[in-house]
Amino acid sequence: MRANCWIAPHRVAVEDVPDPQILNPRDAVVRVTSSAICGSDLHLLEGFIPPMKRGDVLGHEFMGEVVELGPGARDGLRVGDRVVVGFPIACGDCVSCQSGLYSVCENSNPNAGMAEVAMGHSPAGIFGYSHLMGGYAGGQAQYVRVPYADVGALKIEDDLPDEQVLFLSDVLPTGYMAAEQCDIKPGDTVAVWGSGPVGLFATVSAYLLGAGRVIVIDRYPYRLRMARDKAGAETINYEETDVLDTLREMTAGRGPDACIDAVGMEGHHPSAALHAYDRAKQAAKAETDRPHALREAILSCRNGGTVMAIGAYGGFIDKFPMGSFMNRSLTMRSGQAHVQRYMRPLLERIRRGEIDPSFIITHTMRLEDTPQGYDIFKNKQEDCVKVVLKP
Amino acid sequence: MTRKTTTGVRSVTDALGIERAAQDRATEGLARVLGWISLGLGVTALAAGSRIAQACGVGDSRTARAVLRAAGVRELGHAAALLIPRRAALNTWTRVAGDAMDLAATGLAMRNRRGKRRRRLAYPMAALAGITAVDLYVSVRATQRRRVRDGGRAYGSVTVNRTPEEAYNFWHDFENLPRFMYHLESVRRTDPQRTRWTAKAPAGRSVQWEAEIIEDRPNQLIRWRSVDGAKVPNSGTVRFMPAAGSRGTEVRVELEYSVPGRPLGRLAARAFGEHPQQQICDDLRRFKQVIETGEITRSDGTPDGTSLKSQARQRPARPLARIA
Ligand SMILES: NC(=O)c1ccc[n+]([C@@H]2O[C@H](COP(=O)([O-])OP(=O)(O)OC[C@H]3O[C@@H](n4cnc5c(N)ncnc54)[C@H](O)[C@@H]3O)[C@@H](O)[C@H]2O)c1
Ligand SMILES: [Zn+2]
Ligand SMILES: [Zn+2]
Repeated sequence: MRANCWIAPHRVAVEDVPDPQILNPRDAVVRVTSSAICGSDLHLLEGFIPPMKRGDVLGHEFMGEVVELGPGARDGLRVGDRVVVGFPIACGDCVSCQSGLYSVCENSNPNAGMAEVAMGHSPAGIFGYSHLMGGYAGGQAQYVRVPYADVGALKIEDDLPDEQVLFLSDVLPTGYMAAEQCDIKPGDTVAVWGSGPVGLFATVSAYLLGAGRVIVIDRYPYRLRMARDKAGAETINYEETDVLDTLREMTAGRGPDACIDAVGMEGHHPSAALHAYDRAKQAAKAETDRPHALREAILSCRNGGTVMAIGAYGGFIDKFPMGSFMNRSLTMRSGQAHVQRYMRPLLERIRRGEIDPSFIITHTMRLEDTPQGYDIFKNKQEDCVKVVLKP
Repeated sequence: MTRKTTTGVRSVTDALGIERAAQDRATEGLARVLGWISLGLGVTALAAGSRIAQACGVGDSRTARAVLRAAGVRELGHAAALLIPRRAALNTWTRVAGDAMDLAATGLAMRNRRGKRRRRLAYPMAALAGITAVDLYVSVRATQRRRVRDGGRAYGSVTVNRTPEEAYNFWHDFENLPRFMYHLESVRRTDPQRTRWTAKAPAGRSVQWEAEIIEDRPNQLIRWRSVDGAKVPNSGTVRFMPAAGSRGTEVRVELEYSVPGRPLGRLAARAFGEHPQQQICDDLRRFKQVIETGEITRSDGTPDGTSLKSQARQRPARPLARIA
């Protein structure tokens, strides 16, 4: 089959690879009908999540049709079913899974030992997301193996088009979890750093959960326009105004009740010098992540408020404003999204017409053109917000 | 949590409850990570010396470039030392020395600069201090580890989402053990108290012995030992305890074996693995997978399932060629 593979830092290529096969009784093989490129893929592209190998198949946002099932398949999945698959691989049987913490499943990372060295304890395996997260082949391909398919694959029975349900695999639940973890009270003001797919869905979800105002921060006018027009946000362009001052002003000195970092480890800084400095240090591996947005989110948040780090981090950060965080009674939440926990209720909302996630799609490309898709998305060219791939 | 186990090995428990002795490969793993970092630093310093110098605020003088190049070469040296397996841990001390050198050099550079350029140097200084701390930590742990090295003993524990009864029953059927203990080929019951074990030994050979249960407390404990005449006399204990707050069952395993002096016996002892402590951690991880999910977790990078060995030698994360 054809699949998009990681070749070297900054390089992916579509190659011929063997078709996936059933390795375990509860596996399914899915013929992919749509997949997508995620902000997390960009971190892998740059080589910021280190244990990547030449030839790794990328992609953790995908859906398709079940074409093969292992002998131990549970729960009525059938060959021919149309499914969306959540990006964390979760067994459903461990204590974490059973308490809804799917992205820290205790059994799904065969390289848990490696992750423990880097992180103390191991999170779940993730499709196409480095060997630290298990070394699983991803879904930017024609076919993909889905372990524990009964837990990971959600059957779609309506005739909703792929474009409406594909993002149940990641960015919609991720944005929703970001907002949900902020414990939003009616009328709350929520600030969101990053107007990418995750930030946009966090915005939509914050309103659904009762926020009075959502303020989105980014530097790309076209993305900020989308946040205003499609998600109902107010916006700040951080290259034009000082974010802290503006947020303080907009909230009459209080600061937002909740701050969501939907940027992650490749934060950009408007001061060229500071940005270059962090980049150099990152290149020399003296700091692995560039946490500009997180620092700003902490400093902006109102006393006693909540900071949600939904943007992905890989290793270590410097200059974490711990003094501000501690002295002002802030709470921080975080996590890879527990996608399986949100898929069904969010599918319900899509069905009822409360959310139409397809608004973020700006590009639809052939699987063969994936490398070009990475380029456009990475450099935010052609007003790109989300690339959908068709095998 | 760190504590002494009954075998006297210092151990650490993780979130999964997988417990490992201080003689852990975590230090060695970290040493290897440091090796890669060294490689990264070395290559970057050599390839992009002048750009780094500018970014760090030391300017692009000839001296700065020369110092960076020297630092680059030094880092490559560390990388080589750290990435050469086994003795990796000891070699981290060379890094500590190198770090001290970096700190001194950066400190010197700082004294000669003022204002913004000086401030820019403060960051690399802090980063270097951070790296030194990690190096020092690894070195100290690795050196300590040498002191607690403990040949024929292994200890591990894990928490499983099953009742003590289920865990006990699964284990009590010794024929189940090869499902998660990879060094075992088979275990056959010969009578209610006795089992015949076959383990893989190096060079495609196998070792066999007979074992008997010497203590059996339902849902709590099983103790067994090899009967007289085994090439590698060994014994084991497994305990089951309910974990507080319906978190399942804590399973603790201790294995002991004596390594006989004769070369043949030593070879046979390798059937217990080159790193029995490592092996038992892997075994318990797989035990948890099997008893909770019914299968061993496999990925394209690690198709044979959890084991430190395959973790180090990852295949790419792409499907395996179909076995015809
Ligand atoms: N926790 C999870 O489960 C999960 C799931 C999916 C994605 N993610 C992470 O979420 C993040 C966003 O993903 P995405 O797909 O939306 O990516 P994206 O690249 O489309 O969006 C990131 C946006 O952040 C903006 N940005 C950069 N620096 C900024 C700063 N200092 N202040 C404000 N905005 C800034 C960029 O301009 C860009 O628009 C990534 O880190 C991704 O890895 C996490
Ligand atoms: Zn994603
Ligand atoms: Zn699980």
